[in-house]
Amino acid sequence: MEESKYMNPYLAGVLLGLLLIATIYITGRGLGASGAIKSYAVTTVETIAPAHTESTKFYKEYAEEHPGTSPLLNWLVFEVTGVLIGAFLSGLISNRLDFKLEKGPRTTTKIRVAGALIGGMLWGIGSQLGRGCTSGAALSGMAVMSFGGIITMFAIFAGAYAFAYFFRKFWI
Amino acid sequence: MGPLVPDIISNNLNFIVALVIGILFGAILEQAGFSTSKKLVGLFYGYDFTVLRVFFTAGIVAMIGVMGLAHFGLIDMNLVYINPTFLWSAIIGGLIMGLGFVIGGFCPGTSVCAAAIGKIDAIIFIGGAFLGVLIFAEGYPLFEPLYKTSNLGNPTFFNMLGMSQNVFAFIMVVFALIAFWGASIVENKVNGITKPPIRLTPYYIGIVSIGILMAISAFIFPDRKNTLSDLVQDKSFVKLYPVETMTVDELAFRVMDDQETKLQIIDFRPEKEFTKESLPKSTLFSLDNLYEKEPNQLLWLKHKINVFVANDEMMERKMAIIASELGYKRIKILQGGLNAFKEQVLNFKPIENPKNIDEVYQNRFRTKAMKAIPILIKNNKSAGPVEKKQKRVVGGC
Repeated sequence: MEESKYMNPYLAGVLLGLLLIATIYITGRGLGASGAIKSYAVTTVETIAPAHTESTKFYKEYAEEHPGTSPLLNWLVFEVTGVLIGAFLSGLISNRLDFKLEKGPRTTTKIRVAGALIGGMLWGIGSQLGRGCTSGAALSGMAVMSFGGIITMFAIFAGAYAFAYFFRKFWI
Repeated sequence: MGPLVPDIISNNLNFIVALVIGILFGAILEQAGFSTSKKLVGLFYGYDFTVLRVFFTAGIVAMIGVMGLAHFGLIDMNLVYINPTFLWSAIIGGLIMGLGFVIGGFCPGTSVCAAAIGKIDAIIFIGGAFLGVLIFAEGYPLFEPLYKTSNLGNPTFFNMLGMSQNVFAFIMVVFALIAFWGASIVENKVNGITKPPIRLTPYYIGIVSIGILMAISAFIFPDRKNTLSDLVQDKSFVKLYPVETMTVDELAFRVMDDQETKLQIIDFRPEKEFTKESLPKSTLFSLDNLYEKEPNQLLWLKHKINVFVANDEMMERKMAIIASELGYKRIKILQGGLNAFKEQVLNFKPIENPKNIDEVYQNRFRTKAMKAIPILIKNNKSAGPVEKKQKRVVGGC
């Protein structure tokens, strides 16, 4: 069967906006993503090297900010688990489930793998500095008109446009 | 009043809510096409602006929606997470993320989405992000000065610029509309489409008119606090506004009456004066408290009469008008304010040679009151301001 077409972007935007309003109304906070990855990273280190987490400042500060329970008992971890389920169901309905590695027409698999890994790493670091990623800082920040959130949003777009030229062979 | 967590929805149920919200979030992103890196980076090479359209539409819809919730008093913005601003950390972090976007082809949310439908590059990207967090954690001493410098608190953008919330929202909507228009022009050029970006078809007319409506709607939800505070600046308006009053004698009687359970005195004096001496059954309130979720649960109590007191009646009137405009019922003000109460009751000088029976009664009652009430005030340990247990939620990443 053929893949279904994507949803109209403006309609998808309105739906996403309404979901964000509901999220803020119900929980008092916005959407997010990178925080869940952070929770998993902290849990992994805690499990493998508990002595290390007790002596390192970053983990100590994390424990202070999230007292008590396991880092995995976290709102964003549940939300991102939901994202996995929701995206999978959506892909299933629209016939888009398939194991494949996507890359630009002029690039090799090796470069794409390295690019994905390094790109991910940069996001891991950047989202800590920016205190959130495209969802947590930029989108949710825009909804509540947060200064920091909107600055981060413009910085993400500015950075991407500034560097796009140098990596054009990755994509076009 | 929102947020519904933790009063109406408990913290544990909130995890289930998170899961449901996540499912919808994932499904919308996937349906919009955010599960493929080629479509995502199209934005930066000009061949596909889906991300820009979805992102900005969602942003302005949510922004105006949240303004609307706050305008109608459905949500206490003091309890909503406003992303903190650490200026340099935000800018440099954003630039690093931008670089990561064009190298990796995803952002964290979209990578999860793409991984869910089997994109191998997305799974690798998530692995990379995981490593990135670890690098940040291990190199924290290195990043920390930048991470914590120039902390500006949790300001909103319009406060930083010193403009009204509505003007800022309007600018954002117009900015988004222009971006959509520009994106369509670039997209057509890059993809070699010669049709004009906006045509006179029902689809485009619909989108443009909805956009214009959104821009105008930025002005229909003014910030309630500012509007109401401006409203009560007009003295003649305040004087003419119908407000129920309570006489000093009635208040004195109700304060002294042991059987009285209806009275709630809401005291708007400064905290210093309140802690020095205050009437029994009174609670310290400030203008801000009227807009907050926890303090105003007190005002919603049924079968209570809320008497607003302050030193002068004008202040009482202003607060009572704001409260009535916010929808509170059974609000009364003390005639003449506490100044009149002090003068006519606490420091009562009996009328010499009372001319009629009313004056005799008044003498008798007030003489009794001026002895009894100071004792009650002395024994009354003031409860202080309404205790606020709820704190802002911690959100973000």
